[in-house]
Amino acid sequence: MPSATPGSVVAFADAPVAPLGPWTPPHPARAILGDPAAVLAAVALGIVALAALLAPWIAPFDPSLPLDLSARARPPSTTHWFGTDAISRDLLSRVMYGARLSLGISFIAVLVATLVGTGWGAVAGYAGGALDSTLMRIVDTGLAIPRIILLLAIVSLWGALTATGLALVLGLTGWFGASRLVRAEVRRVRQRDFTLAARALGAAPSRVLVRHVLPHAITPMLIAATLAIGQVVVVEAGLAFLGYGIAPPAASWGSIIRDGRDSVATAWWMSVFPGVTLALTVLAINVLGDRLRAALGGRQVPAP
Amino acid sequence: MTFLLRRSAQGLLLVFLATTLTFLLIHAAPGEPFDDMLSDPRATEAMRAAERARYGLDRPLAEQYGRFLSNVARGDLGVSFTYRRPVADVLAEHVPRTLALMGLALTLGFAGGILLGSLQGARPGSWFDRLTGGTAVLIAAIPDFWLALLALLLFAVVWQVLPVSGLRDATLPITATPLRRLADLARHAVLPAGTLALLIAATISRYQRAALIEEMTEAYLRTARAKGVPRRAIVFRHALRNALIPIITLGGLAVPALLGGAVFVEVVFAWPGMGSLAARAVEDRDYPIVLAVVLLSSGLVVLGSVLADVAQAVTDPRHRSA
Amino acid sequence: MTSHGAPVVEPLLRVGDLRTWFRTPAGIARAVDGVSFDVRAGETVGMVGESGCGKTVTALSLLRLIEPPGRIEPGSSIRFEGRDLLTLSEEEMRRVRGNRIAMVFQEPMTALNPVFTIGDQVAEVARVHDGASRRAAWQRAVDMLSQVGIPDPAERAKSYPHQLSGGMRQRVLIAMALMMNPSLLIADEPTTALDVTIQAQILELLADLQQRLGLAVLLITHDLGVVAEFAARVLVMYGGQIVESTSTRELFADPQHPYTRGLLEAMPRLGQGRNRLTVIPGSVPAPTHWPSGCRFRDRCPHAWDRCASEPPPAYPYSPGHQARCHLVVEPTRLSEQHTP
Repeated sequence: MPSATPGSVVAFADAPVAPLGPWTPPHPARAILGDPAAVLAAVALGIVALAALLAPWIAPFDPSLPLDLSARARPPSTTHWFGTDAISRDLLSRVMYGARLSLGISFIAVLVATLVGTGWGAVAGYAGGALDSTLMRIVDTGLAIPRIILLLAIVSLWGALTATGLALVLGLTGWFGASRLVRAEVRRVRQRDFTLAARALGAAPSRVLVRHVLPHAITPMLIAATLAIGQVVVVEAGLAFLGYGIAPPAASWGSIIRDGRDSVATAWWMSVFPGVTLALTVLAINVLGDRLRAALGGRQVPAP
Repeated sequence: MTFLLRRSAQGLLLVFLATTLTFLLIHAAPGEPFDDMLSDPRATEAMRAAERARYGLDRPLAEQYGRFLSNVARGDLGVSFTYRRPVADVLAEHVPRTLALMGLALTLGFAGGILLGSLQGARPGSWFDRLTGGTAVLIAAIPDFWLALLALLLFAVVWQVLPVSGLRDATLPITATPLRRLADLARHAVLPAGTLALLIAATISRYQRAALIEEMTEAYLRTARAKGVPRRAIVFRHALRNALIPIITLGGLAVPALLGGAVFVEVVFAWPGMGSLAARAVEDRDYPIVLAVVLLSSGLVVLGSVLADVAQAVTDPRHRSA
Repeated sequence: MTSHGAPVVEPLLRVGDLRTWFRTPAGIARAVDGVSFDVRAGETVGMVGESGCGKTVTALSLLRLIEPPGRIEPGSSIRFEGRDLLTLSEEEMRRVRGNRIAMVFQEPMTALNPVFTIGDQVAEVARVHDGASRRAAWQRAVDMLSQVGIPDPAERAKSYPHQLSGGMRQRVLIAMALMMNPSLLIADEPTTALDVTIQAQILELLADLQQRLGLAVLLITHDLGVVAEFAARVLVMYGGQIVESTSTRELFADPQHPYTRGLLEAMPRLGQGRNRLTVIPGSVPAPTHWPSGCRFRDRCPHAWDRCASEPPPAYPYSPGHQARCHLVVEPTRLSEQHTP
């Protein structure tokens, strides 16, 4: 699914070379280690993940505690690397704690989307016929409503959400692409010999599906899920930016950017630092997902 | 032609399903419109009930849905709770502004993206390809709302070359000529449309580059080289013409992403279009507007994919019916 | 172009020690490795061999259409019409392609650009080489299409490739190749992708055009039957080298290389059932890993230790007949091994 939303950039493998002899694709780990951009992306993502995991121990300040009135809206300094916000909270600490929420929510959301999408797509692809068309028509419907508009409608009506609730809503509005991917893969594998053989031997359909068909969908799903985490981080931040994030004082990157939005003219650091962190994280995920795709087979994987 | 009819029928079904889904979602939600009135100490339960009755919200769900459908079929989208005006009027005012923004962004973004991607794909691995390709990947990773904020910060605050927000300059005298009005409108459109266009160009250039590189391995290009066609003509006449076919269809398929992007960009630059209308309607629980926006945007998405098919039929002789 | 009493007339094309190698992750693929041959003006030379033996790479090398990681190695030479093509600039080479040397490819399905009309694509040759106007080039294209036997060429010229049959597309490719009246036409498996009756028509068309226009043809094929019918001389390729070269008549009467014999035995003949068909055992080795010594020895019924240690040179057997096989100088071994 092509899209102009950030986080959905689809980069491609470089100029194809027609190998003459037998050629084996490089091992994923080697493909990433051999590429400076991928190494850089992995390191950046590692730093963000560490900061998120260790925030309670390494964050210099309490993220939701106003320090003192004289330290309001301070530009970056040696004490406050990212500056302070309008009510004197340390921005670096807020961004570190924000990473926990942003990445955690996205991870759960993608997990939910992958599970729902896999189940839905597998059943549709395996069943075929009228059930398949009905299920896929529902997927088409989901894809026909711009996701952010659908999310806005849901999130605003359900009122303030907990982090888990938000992750669930993000996951349940994000599985349509995944289900298409799995369905296509299942339909492709279903016709192959070993599937037919298993069915001829009288294996139950559910067993054939789980043991013989689904394993083939794992690689494309893995790549799609990697890229999806980057997208969901952006979508969650967008919702928070519009004021529909999780309830304060907890703050994801999007909520921090929203807090700094009105003072962008006078205190640029309030929105620039969390924004740069967000963009670089998404960039790193995109680069890694892309290299993973190149290493694991290079088949085009639509972003969910 | 029958193909087009079938696609349109499928599209209508999709729009219907999307609207139904949204209708159900809204009514399954725990919140209700006019809940807010309760927090106003002067509002009585009776006043709230009167408001609810006025908009038919006290009727059973099935009846509300049936009435909504028959109204929509007659072209009546209901009355906005907050604007207290027919929804159709409110949309007629806001939607053209969004369409103008999207049209401008699509045109600029595709032109820029195709040009950039073609130049990159013509010489993959060159310094130009690496530099601009890396920049494109970077830009495409920037969230739209933050890119909008950044553009606002740089152009409107730091350099002060463009207006911060809104549709027009309030200080423009009413006596201004139509030409000056248009110029003013254009100045206000530069930042929102430019932000969207930049994001589109970044993504499209990646697709265009890949499509051209893939096309460069096709056998017919070897024929062209064996004929003695110069390299530039091989890339920009033979390969590009083929590589453009999938890219042009992306124009139609980009509509959902573009509508999503329009919400953020319109909010940041206070552009009074459908996107900011939707954001406000959601905040105010203005159901009729929300439903109409979903109806319209899913309609635009479907229209986009039909147009993509038409574009492919026009540009690819193999898809033209003989 | 006439030569006024020059004592030695240079052939139209003289390929000397052509080596085209591809540097791949799996090693250096020596796809063409020391190929030398001549083509005289107006003659038809057949080049035969299994797929993977280097025929197509040889053809592409003649036009310098080799893409990285492939490269024509230094020391190779391709003399054509008095110049070494390998010393020309890219722009000078471009003016040779499609103009003096033209090529017809084996896959008429994919060799034409799907989004341009065939008239456009034929006319393009005249436009790039003569700078002909759009209208004049189109007219010439229509004439050429009629010469290659396309019915109603003025209308047909407006068709797109997918609207034509395979045979018609191959005719279009031939028209394109002959547009500038080249002196050499390279036809790379021009009939492989076509069905049998169409194959005969295309080959007859090529033979007829060759007679009328007096051009030389390098006919690349895996089908010795085609060679027997159309070529005066034959080059047999194996393992990136020419293993035997001689006149067609002598090749069939007195083949010297065991590979050639294998190819001849594998030829389906009238009156013989398909089950009598013999095939050469094994397959062409990977071009990254040619065997040491003689490249055919793994599949050769006569190979002995000399074949592993010493690569056979192109031994002259009779005037105009050479073979890369030690049996040429040790013919006794053949009879020894053949005594049952």
